Amino acid sequence: MNAYDWLQTILLFVVLLALIKPLGSFMAKVYQGERTFMSPVLAPCENLIYRICGVKKDEEMGWQRYALAMLFFNLALFAALFTILMSQHLLPLNPQKLPAFSWQLALNTAISFTTNTNWQAYAGEQAASYFTQMAGLTVHNFVSAATGMAIAIALIRGFSRRKTSMLGNFWVDLTRSTLYILLPISLVAALVLVSQGVIQNFTPYKTVPLVQSTSYDKPKLDDKGSPLKDAKGNPVTENVIVKEVSIPMGPVASQEAIKELGTNGGGFFNANSAHPFENPTPLTNMLEILLILLIPGSLTYTFGIMVGNTRQGWAILGGMLLLLAVSFGVLQIVETNGNPLVAELGIRGVNMEGKEVRFGLAGSSLFAVATTGTSCGAVNTMHDSLTPLGGMIPLSLILLGEIVFGGVGSGLYTMLAFAIIAVFVSGLMIGRTPEYLGKKIEVREMWLSILTILTAGVVVLILSGIAMITPQAVSSMANPGAHGLSEVFYGFASMANNNGSAFAGLNANVNFYNILGSLAMTLGRYVPAIAVLTMAGSLAEKKYVPPSLGTLPTDKAPFAIWLTLVIIIVGALTFFPALSLGPIVEHLTMLGGK
Amino acid sequence: MSKHTAEPISIFDLRIMKPALTESIKKLDPRILWRNPVMFCVEIASVITLITFIMSLTGANREPAWFTGTVSIWLWLTVLFSTFAEALAEGRGKARAASLRKSRTDVTAKRLDKPEFGGNYTTVGASQLRKGDLILVEANDMIAGDGDVVAGAALVNESAVTGESAPVVRESGGDRSAVTGGTTVIANAIIVRITANPGETFLDRMIGLIEGAKRRKTPNEIALEVLLIALTLVFLLVCANISPLSIYSVKAAGQGTPVSLTILVALFVCLAPTTIAALLPAIGIAGMDRLFQKNVIALSGRAIEAAGDVNVLLLDKTGTITHGNREAVSFVPVGGHNEKELALAALSASLFDETPEGRSVVALAQQKYGLGMEKPLDAEVVEFSAETRLSGINIGASCFRKGASDSIVSFVTKLGCTAIPEDLRGLVDRIARAGATPLVVSRDCDILGVINLKDIVKAGIQERFLQLRSMGIKTVMITGDNPLTAAAIAAEAQVDDFLAQAKPEEKLRLIREYQEGGFMVAMTGDGTNDAPALAQADVAVAMNTGTQPAREAANIIDLDSNPTKLLDIVEVGKQILMTRGNLTTFSISNDVAKYFAIIPAMMLSIYPQLEVLNIMHLASPFSAILSAVIFNAIIIPMLVPLALKGTRFRPMPAEKLLIHNLLIYGVGGIIAPFVGIKAIDLMIGMVV
Repeated sequence: MNAYDWLQTILLFVVLLALIKPLGSFMAKVYQGERTFMSPVLAPCENLIYRICGVKKDEEMGWQRYALAMLFFNLALFAALFTILMSQHLLPLNPQKLPAFSWQLALNTAISFTTNTNWQAYAGEQAASYFTQMAGLTVHNFVSAATGMAIAIALIRGFSRRKTSMLGNFWVDLTRSTLYILLPISLVAALVLVSQGVIQNFTPYKTVPLVQSTSYDKPKLDDKGSPLKDAKGNPVTENVIVKEVSIPMGPVASQEAIKELGTNGGGFFNANSAHPFENPTPLTNMLEILLILLIPGSLTYTFGIMVGNTRQGWAILGGMLLLLAVSFGVLQIVETNGNPLVAELGIRGVNMEGKEVRFGLAGSSLFAVATTGTSCGAVNTMHDSLTPLGGMIPLSLILLGEIVFGGVGSGLYTMLAFAIIAVFVSGLMIGRTPEYLGKKIEVREMWLSILTILTAGVVVLILSGIAMITPQAVSSMANPGAHGLSEVFYGFASMANNNGSAFAGLNANVNFYNILGSLAMTLGRYVPAIAVLTMAGSLAEKKYVPPSLGTLPTDKAPFAIWLTLVIIIVGALTFFPALSLGPIVEHLTMLGGK
Repeated sequence: MSKHTAEPISIFDLRIMKPALTESIKKLDPRILWRNPVMFCVEIASVITLITFIMSLTGANREPAWFTGTVSIWLWLTVLFSTFAEALAEGRGKARAASLRKSRTDVTAKRLDKPEFGGNYTTVGASQLRKGDLILVEANDMIAGDGDVVAGAALVNESAVTGESAPVVRESGGDRSAVTGGTTVIANAIIVRITANPGETFLDRMIGLIEGAKRRKTPNEIALEVLLIALTLVFLLVCANISPLSIYSVKAAGQGTPVSLTILVALFVCLAPTTIAALLPAIGIAGMDRLFQKNVIALSGRAIEAAGDVNVLLLDKTGTITHGNREAVSFVPVGGHNEKELALAALSASLFDETPEGRSVVALAQQKYGLGMEKPLDAEVVEFSAETRLSGINIGASCFRKGASDSIVSFVTKLGCTAIPEDLRGLVDRIARAGATPLVVSRDCDILGVINLKDIVKAGIQERFLQLRSMGIKTVMITGDNPLTAAAIAAEAQVDDFLAQAKPEEKLRLIREYQEGGFMVAMTGDGTNDAPALAQADVAVAMNTGTQPAREAANIIDLDSNPTKLLDIVEVGKQILMTRGNLTTFSISNDVAKYFAIIPAMMLSIYPQLEVLNIMHLASPFSAILSAVIFNAIIIPMLVPLALKGTRFRPMPAEKLLIHNLLIYGVGGIIAPFVGIKAIDLMIGMVV
């Protein structure tokens, strides 16, 4: 790492850590219905929304009603987006006259944006109109994030409340998340992005002649869109000469801010945050990384305040930071060492394939770990082009269950489910019925925590297994061998964990991935969500057990480290065989000079 | 006290090993084994490998028959070791139950129509007695069933149940009316009303519990099982996932063979948390058994576990914290008299006082001043009475008295003395304020001084409370004393809190209050008036000498009637949980080494470069897989002693304890299989 890399890294974490406390306590106030500095402006809006929608804001919900409201709302979101995608050609703001989505792709995309996954089996600028991007995808970016935050808040209330079945009002939590938190921050961030050159317009795409014509090898695709391969399994390519380019335009800035802030990650353009109109400068790059980590990080502090002990929040954050720092360190090292096969060709040093020169190594690595540690999935670097072990880092971060900061809301609640498992085992080890935050952990909580943390992993194991013996799934791989296996595994890991980034080589717009992917995203989002709300209900009804000397303190470093170890062990034991057949073999093959 | 029926029985005792072996084979029956889902899966895996072995004999399998055969044998052994561990734990209990049963030779009873001595009785077998029947029990008769004494008093030998050979008094009314079936009346006769039908008596329940037949899984055990089942399921999927991945990899690499069923099954069994699943039932059973060795019967496993969670302990002062009787600790003279003079007078006044307090005065005078005195034959003894509130003797012209301050003052005033020492009042107040009882002593009409009578706190009790405190358990003393006395004793014994002038409803209220605050409350009691509070407490320990209502309200019964046993019960409760937690961590940590043994071995034909992962340098793929399977199996019997004994419990703060156990069972769990698997691999190398 050079001085510039160090500067970026340190600056990012200093700013992030400095913001966590103020934003975290602000969010706690918002969710507890206290007045904030924004109330004079936003409270009337909030009340107006309730009046229009007929929401009684003081009416509390039990976990069943809360979960039903959440599911109903998400179903409506899905239906709305699916309709927009299927009728895009009839709707306004479509200067490029883009056609409607196929039903399989519309299904996949609608589920993808409703579940906060933002897996994109399409290329934004080639498939989605401005109307789709704004009224469909951007709206979903806000409310799918708000859904996650509402669920997390319900779980926190489960811990902090005693002997009640009430968890708050879903509609109120949803509205407040959007109105007080997501919208204001997005607004400010979008303005900063525009100032740096991110575009915001409705003009048709611009065609400009190239100063110097260029040519490239384009992989040939069959009629289904899968890459054609020759007898040896290598992709067939043809040489294309390019003299002019079409430059896509659009309302990018307004979507860009919430794309990171809501850990959505669905790019306006196919190149996502590597595209200069989405992420033009190192400054915007740092801002985007900050936005990705901001809410998931701050929610740990909100959690601490709401359960009455901010150190509980710091311990959770500590575990997350530890995993993030280790991942970043390893990624930096393996990418700095580069690829020995490329080095033989005379290009030594850092592996820069797939990276943007304007971000450099640290700017790319930080983005990669932030986007995969959270369930964001925006990319400024092609993860497919990382060295094998380098690529294993984002993959592993996803496979751990999106808890390294994690998705907005979902990161915290999944982490808390891990904490319950960690508390359970450690509680037994010190000879007590395990308790966390004063709540006894019993059979019900065990089932629900396990469902929360293992659903995604189970889905990945089953679906990736099916994929490897399904011809259509295998033929979608651009690269044969171990790397192809990594691509498919990464794809399902990304969808089941609601991340949405991809190992680019895979052509995902085929029925197999569209449909099974939809299933993976749905299960990966709603099974944990419902499990968490059920658990919140069960926890809220319990009485509070005051801590004593015999209680394991969960707000100190040893517990944070133990929690981290539990996460790593669960992840490693579940995915070691698959990783050894993918990235590890690939790495060893690379070292072997093949 | 002479003890014990429950002598420790070694697990290597042949009397236990042999039946355990047959029992463990019976337990292989899938209809029984499914209660342990993880081991049930291992049994299915064993069946699968058996089938592949038969197939490889016929040449339908590409792996050598010796390999699939050996894997199959060791998988079967894995299941067998687990059922054996359970049978062994049960075996110890059964051996004890058998010795209890011996005391239950078929007894006859003398059934009465009316609760009157001298009436006619009919002789019936014990099995014909029903609740409510009245029976006459005379000297040398065995009491035919559990009941309450309704008339008379008798000396009863309860050694069959308690192991305590000194007979106890059982009498009608009061707190000592309960009798237990199977005990014998030594002297006198009593009439007993039967309170339990045959098969439901205390002894029956005890036998059932000890045998483990009535054992139900505790909530914590179920929660752990949930975790183990989930892990097993994940590992099942991991292994299922390897198959298609390897099929693809064979195509991609253009060499090798997909991973075979035998190897996948072997990997699954190695990864599944078999170590803890195999030992889980044994840990619970052994815990109950360990308590029984301490002469404590837990009426459910839940009660023991709850004991491990207790954070408030309500202890009766009398008999638990103090010896129960006040003792003289010093003589304090007043009015210029000297100590020895006072001691002599106190001794004289107490010569005929046979109460423990009186005896303690005599003892103190002897110890401290070497004073001794024969009982004078011409003495006139003045007994204590509620009116005079003093006692003493008159010898010739001299009269010696001791009693409450105002009684003595009025006594000497009546004798005509008006000179009351000025320092008396202050001294009496000071002693009373310190929680002790001042007894004023007079000789004729002189007031000589004060005997300081104190409740003596049991030696070493402070240390035990300190231990409890370090475990996070708060101790509360319950006493009928006034708050002043209670406070003084509480301070001396170093309990955290006390409840003075406690009435039954106040005990109940106190327990409810603590429970509302989220505390787990344990209580010891023996009297009928303790019963409501016992029923409310989370862990209720009744003394075996206690009344029937108290025993029924309790969930743990202490046969020795020693209230400090609660500490042992807490310890065993914690040990059970810790043993489970530690073995779970150990079991899961083991998987790391197993992966490093099996993954390179199973993938070697496809990707030879994965040999790098074979960090143990195991000789061959077959030997590597076999070593992992064998290690996975033999670790179970190796850990049986630990499961039965429980991991050692040392009171220390939770965080330290966790780190300590993580270092042993977590880090140890990672390292041990690397060593073990390598060693087994070397041994296989010598054989093959």
